[in-house]
Amino acid sequence: MENNNKIKGSDAFIRSLICEGVDTIFGYPGGAIMPVFDALYDYHNQINHILTRHEQGAIHAAQGYARVSGKVGVCLVTSGPGATNTITGIGDAMLDSTPLVVITGQVAAPLLGTDAFQEIDVVGITAPVTKWAFQVRKAEDIAWAVARAFYIARSGRPGPVVLDIAKNAQFQDVDFEYKPCNFIRSYIPYTPIIESQIEEAASLINSAKKPLALVGQGVTLGGAETELMKFLNKTGIPAAWTLLGGSAMPTDFHLNMGFLGMHGNVAPNMKTNECDVLIAIGMRFDDRVTGDLNRYAKQAKVIHLDIDPAEIGKNVAVHAPVLGDVKVTLPALIDKVNPNKHDEWIKSFEQYNQLEFDKVIEREVHPVDGEITMGEVVRKISEATENKAVLVTDVGQNQMIAARYFNFTQGRSMVTSGGLGTMGFGIPAAMGAKVGAPDRVVCSFNGDGGFQMTMQELGTIMQEQIGVKLIILNNHYLGMVRQWQEMFFDERYSFTAMQNPDFISIAKAYRIDATEVFKREELDAAIADMLKDDKPYILVVNVETKGMVFPMVPAGACVAEMVYEF
Amino acid sequence: MEKKLYTITVFSENTVGLLGQITIIFTRRAINIETLSVSPSAIKGIHKFTITLFSTEDVVAKVVQQIDKRIDILKSYYNTDDELVHQEIALYKIATDKLLKKGSLEDMIRQYRIRIMEMNADFVVLQKAGHYAETQELFEELSETVGVLQFVRSGRVAITKSKVERLSDMLENIKKLENLKK
Repeated sequence: MENNNKIKGSDAFIRSLICEGVDTIFGYPGGAIMPVFDALYDYHNQINHILTRHEQGAIHAAQGYARVSGKVGVCLVTSGPGATNTITGIGDAMLDSTPLVVITGQVAAPLLGTDAFQEIDVVGITAPVTKWAFQVRKAEDIAWAVARAFYIARSGRPGPVVLDIAKNAQFQDVDFEYKPCNFIRSYIPYTPIIESQIEEAASLINSAKKPLALVGQGVTLGGAETELMKFLNKTGIPAAWTLLGGSAMPTDFHLNMGFLGMHGNVAPNMKTNECDVLIAIGMRFDDRVTGDLNRYAKQAKVIHLDIDPAEIGKNVAVHAPVLGDVKVTLPALIDKVNPNKHDEWIKSFEQYNQLEFDKVIEREVHPVDGEITMGEVVRKISEATENKAVLVTDVGQNQMIAARYFNFTQGRSMVTSGGLGTMGFGIPAAMGAKVGAPDRVVCSFNGDGGFQMTMQELGTIMQEQIGVKLIILNNHYLGMVRQWQEMFFDERYSFTAMQNPDFISIAKAYRIDATEVFKREELDAAIADMLKDDKPYILVVNVETKGMVFPMVPAGACVAEMVYEF
Repeated sequence: MEKKLYTITVFSENTVGLLGQITIIFTRRAINIETLSVSPSAIKGIHKFTITLFSTEDVVAKVVQQIDKRIDILKSYYNTDDELVHQEIALYKIATDKLLKKGSLEDMIRQYRIRIMEMNADFVVLQKAGHYAETQELFEELSETVGVLQFVRSGRVAITKSKVERLSDMLENIKKLENLKK
């Protein structure tokens, strides 16, 4: 008997996505994924598919979307080059714990392993950079695999999942029944609270005289911003943030002591090596945060709150681990810690803040003469948005300066490629961020180098009218590499100078409003023009050619050895 | 820290590509796998990997955590030799004429507890089970005296001496978690 309930695998696939609440996909069609794109045609009222100009654009956009919305970003591409073009973004999402489901087409199952046209071993290539990579070879597996993919991507420590779907599975007829996944016996994403760990951590916190909290993206991923505030307010503990922890606390929060790491603020770096108890909250002690591990916080007892057991003790020895989602463990800790104040200790940060202000911040943010600095552009734009914008950055000097001088008033406002440091992230991630948070202003800071790595996405911005504000901090150099060449390679500027196109002409070609600023006096008016409406805009600011990001913990130095100038 | 031989035991689902996922973790840290054996475990549908490596405890603990993180891995553990009953098996192929010329075999067979698996006019296949050092000693003895045509040694298989049965305890815990979900 013919079963009339059967539908095509490709149809089952789209319906599965809808069952998972997907309403936005970033993608690019091609041969091996055509049946899915064909099915998508019937669901354009339910799913907004955004056609990028390159698969790398699609994956970074999905990342930006996931980072601001907290939802799983979805990317849909074809086999072979379509799939390999997403690898950078997959690796980026793996290192930065971004929930993604990446769907790649694949040649039909009988052709697998024969070097067929546009066949590549996607599962093999992506296994090291995904939470889970799975090849779907028959239509019956589609609903199961999609359910499992979304569960894995969003639960526990989030991350990217790849589903590689053979073309025959897209064509086959199948009975469709969708069962969401909420349990995999070999995968325990959340450790239940371990009371002894909470007791141990609380007792260390209660006896601490000079505690310091380090806030990472785990707070944002757990949606635990409020719990963090409560914890810090009750204990009076000063807190600093990692790059990805950027918007977990408002900038003007009285216990926010600033940015950690290589180009972070002086006080929290110095105080890391003076504190008696270090409380790491959803962060992973990246080498850009710690500098030389042999001289990192050796005097301190370390408490580490993390959802991922493999992070405990990976880089820094931990005295009191607290396993679990900080959304759950922080409230448990709040119940056990004593109300406290650490006024003297917090006051001792002030001398370093003053030092940094005098030596670095004042002349970076409020220069009175000379060329335009990156810092003044970032701060002016931040203030012009009342510090409410989503910050997206590319990678390099633009990223470090933006992290230092952009101010935050709400959570999920920091979209940057932290772990992988992917140049070319700035434009597509901003597109995704704007699509994920359409009511917010999205400001993307880019260098002239990174901008040119993915500027084909201006076509996507034009077609979809995605109202991103793209700022190019143009110094005609690959600035961060140039800075290192100046400091550590005897000023041998090996292939870092760039002859750039006329960005205004490029903007014009894509029919995107744009302004170029050469002089300080022009800056305020240009920013006002950029922010006057919700349309896409490119602001090109010609900044000092040999600007440097300071202070700095040079590679291999310890966090207490910051350099202020060169 | 001192490097020594550790045995990692991994319990996993029986899915395609898991071995690759495990070896990637060793490759990233440039660690050689000394021996490897994979087989179905006592529980249907669950596979068991036994891997040996030379490492420090600090590193082996991190490797085990990374393995545990993979979705289809149920659980992994590491042990030192004193915590395990372990065994390897070796086969030795020897030219029959050379072996016969050696004279009486009884002493050698008794001393090394050798089993003869196959014998014909051309060759003899000997089998010896034991620790690495023991199978190696016989290999060296045979190489020096009669020559070895082919030699192969299995990966280690191991069972813990502990009274706690980890796999069944773990499965019970998983059941509890699953019931909580329902």
